[in-house]
Amino acid sequence: MRLQKTFARLKKENKSAFITFLTAGDPDFKTSKEIISSLPKKGVDIIEIGFPFSDPMADGPVIQASSLRSLKNGMTLKKTLELVKEIRNDNQETPIVLMGYYNPIYIYGNIKFLKDAHDAGVDGLIVVDLPPEEDDELCIPAKEYSIDFIRLCTPTTDAIRLPTVLKNASGFIYYVSISGITGTKTPDFTNVAEAIKFLKSHSDLPIAVGFGIKTPENAKAVAANAEGTVVGSSIVEIIQKCNDAGITGKDLTAKVLSYVEELSISIKEARK
Amino acid sequence: MSDINKPNSFTTGPDENGKFGIFGGRFVAETLMPLVLALEQAYKSAQQDPSFKAEMDNLMQDFVGRPSPLYFAERLTEFYKGPKIYFKRDELNHTGAHKINNCIGQILLAKRMGKTRIIAETGAGQHGVATATVAARFGLKCIVYMGEEDIRRQSPNVFRMKLLGAEIIPVTSGTGTLKDAMNEALRDWVANVEDTFYIIGTVAGPHPYPMLVRDFQSVIGKEAKEQILQKEGRLPDVLLACIGGGSNAMGLFYPFLDDADVDIYAVEAGGHGVNTDKHAASLSGGNPGVLHGNRTYLLQNRDGQITDAHSISAGLDYPGIGPEHAYLHDVKRVNYVSITDTEALEAFQLCTRLEGIIPALEPAHALAYLPELVKKFTSDQIIIMNMCGRGDKDIFTVAEHLGIEI
Repeated sequence: MRLQKTFARLKKENKSAFITFLTAGDPDFKTSKEIISSLPKKGVDIIEIGFPFSDPMADGPVIQASSLRSLKNGMTLKKTLELVKEIRNDNQETPIVLMGYYNPIYIYGNIKFLKDAHDAGVDGLIVVDLPPEEDDELCIPAKEYSIDFIRLCTPTTDAIRLPTVLKNASGFIYYVSISGITGTKTPDFTNVAEAIKFLKSHSDLPIAVGFGIKTPENAKAVAANAEGTVVGSSIVEIIQKCNDAGITGKDLTAKVLSYVEELSISIKEARK
Repeated sequence: MSDINKPNSFTTGPDENGKFGIFGGRFVAETLMPLVLALEQAYKSAQQDPSFKAEMDNLMQDFVGRPSPLYFAERLTEFYKGPKIYFKRDELNHTGAHKINNCIGQILLAKRMGKTRIIAETGAGQHGVATATVAARFGLKCIVYMGEEDIRRQSPNVFRMKLLGAEIIPVTSGTGTLKDAMNEALRDWVANVEDTFYIIGTVAGPHPYPMLVRDFQSVIGKEAKEQILQKEGRLPDVLLACIGGGSNAMGLFYPFLDDADVDIYAVEAGGHGVNTDKHAASLSGGNPGVLHGNRTYLLQNRDGQITDAHSISAGLDYPGIGPEHAYLHDVKRVNYVSITDTEALEAFQLCTRLEGIIPALEPAHALAYLPELVKKFTSDQIIIMNMCGRGDKDIFTVAEHLGIEI
């Protein structure tokens, strides 16, 4: 129940949850573990970890490249679960959500995966290519393992479709603020505020907003209205730039964390 | 012998969830769900509308040039001294392949849905050319995603598409082939949901694509059935087609699936051999997984990462296969076999010399299975092979492999 506790605490504090996305094993297992386990100290409330896939159809160039870097360095879904386990050893509080595509899970074996994910300390799942029409595959079995299945709602999800999308949703609702792939367009923040209101009128779950939040200013604008603010590509891009420039290990970690801290300050200031 | 697991009919799929057995489905991001549902509705309503069929029939006849002939390949038959070999000559269609059949159907759906921008993925370029052609015919903007590697090996088709007014976007991600082109087309669609119609070129992708592409391509099998009854007064004993995603094969096979006495063979691209890591035979060398909106057989590693396909033929160079084929494979209605690059090249030359028909490298894979197939049947039996494309686009690739400079 880490997700529920976290959102309840932040509601009392009148703050938006700061949610970060990073790909497991990017640029390598050790550095990735170091970055991710340091995130809570920098003000991150919920950790999203991407497990890499060779064909990430909903992702823009930055996350595509990060998936390939991670795969190239030998990352797998199994190792992603090991990474979660190692992070959990020192952190029992911060919710961890795994995000990715269905095929690696399907090949791992759905039930075995849910069991191992639960044991490793995973709190929620976002599986991009499993819409509610395919809920029998993973969403419904996940309930037995106390893993929340977080649904994406998008600008194309209208009032007729929304009840279908929300039916088996739990944890929180992830509002995709643009029609597009990750890290490309920037949303119109007035529309985002409207969308949050619309979703709120249909669900009691917390609403987090992501896709297209690229700067501390964007994050601040979203955090004013949303119960969660997700930043991915712009953090991952720092890893890419460091990697291209030959910056590794502690120096890379420091650069990433300093940007995360900047985002964190903006998000916490949003409702002051 | 009766088998209780055998269905009464092989033509009842897909079910309401778009599944053929466990295969198929709608494994897409939420942004695309309303779009694929809307497409399904539009297709259902078009099927009820006589004017849709009338317009389609008219274009098929006067624009595409249907029906395509069923041709008795006399010299090839003499060469093998076995069953009579007929070619279903879909290479004579406008644009030189079967791909146009499906594009006509989908562009009419796009028009009904009020879409103004057409996107497509292409491997060999045949589907790209067919899409660019119908887009030109209906005055719609057209964007074609094509892998960088395929652009290099299919340059004549790239130029044709440009002449037709299409914009070609080179895809450099992944291996720069058909699978990556499909990823990019899906990314484009997610980003342009309002005005864009995605014309998928094969019997794959999220439901309803595998169904509607099959239906539009079934004209091949329907005609072949009528034509063989007229010429021979009976059904064929064997059907033969090559298979990448599987649209030409599905089109020929579908009207015959419930004719129990018709044996069906589909030939996958074996590249350097299915025992190597360089092939595109997803049924012979892959296992079930989920990619590009459907569950089907895929080439993948133990972690569920998609591996690269390889084939001399750009049109077969795809690590998956249509979900209905996956189903027909598992229920054993269709025999799936494979042919290597080298065997296909030999068959390409043989057919050209003996029949005066330059086949595309894709149907050359089907031709290359004839030596095996003729052994299984006698000279009073009949084979229909789908000559799904012509080889003009492939002469550069063939020359390169034969070490000839042109």
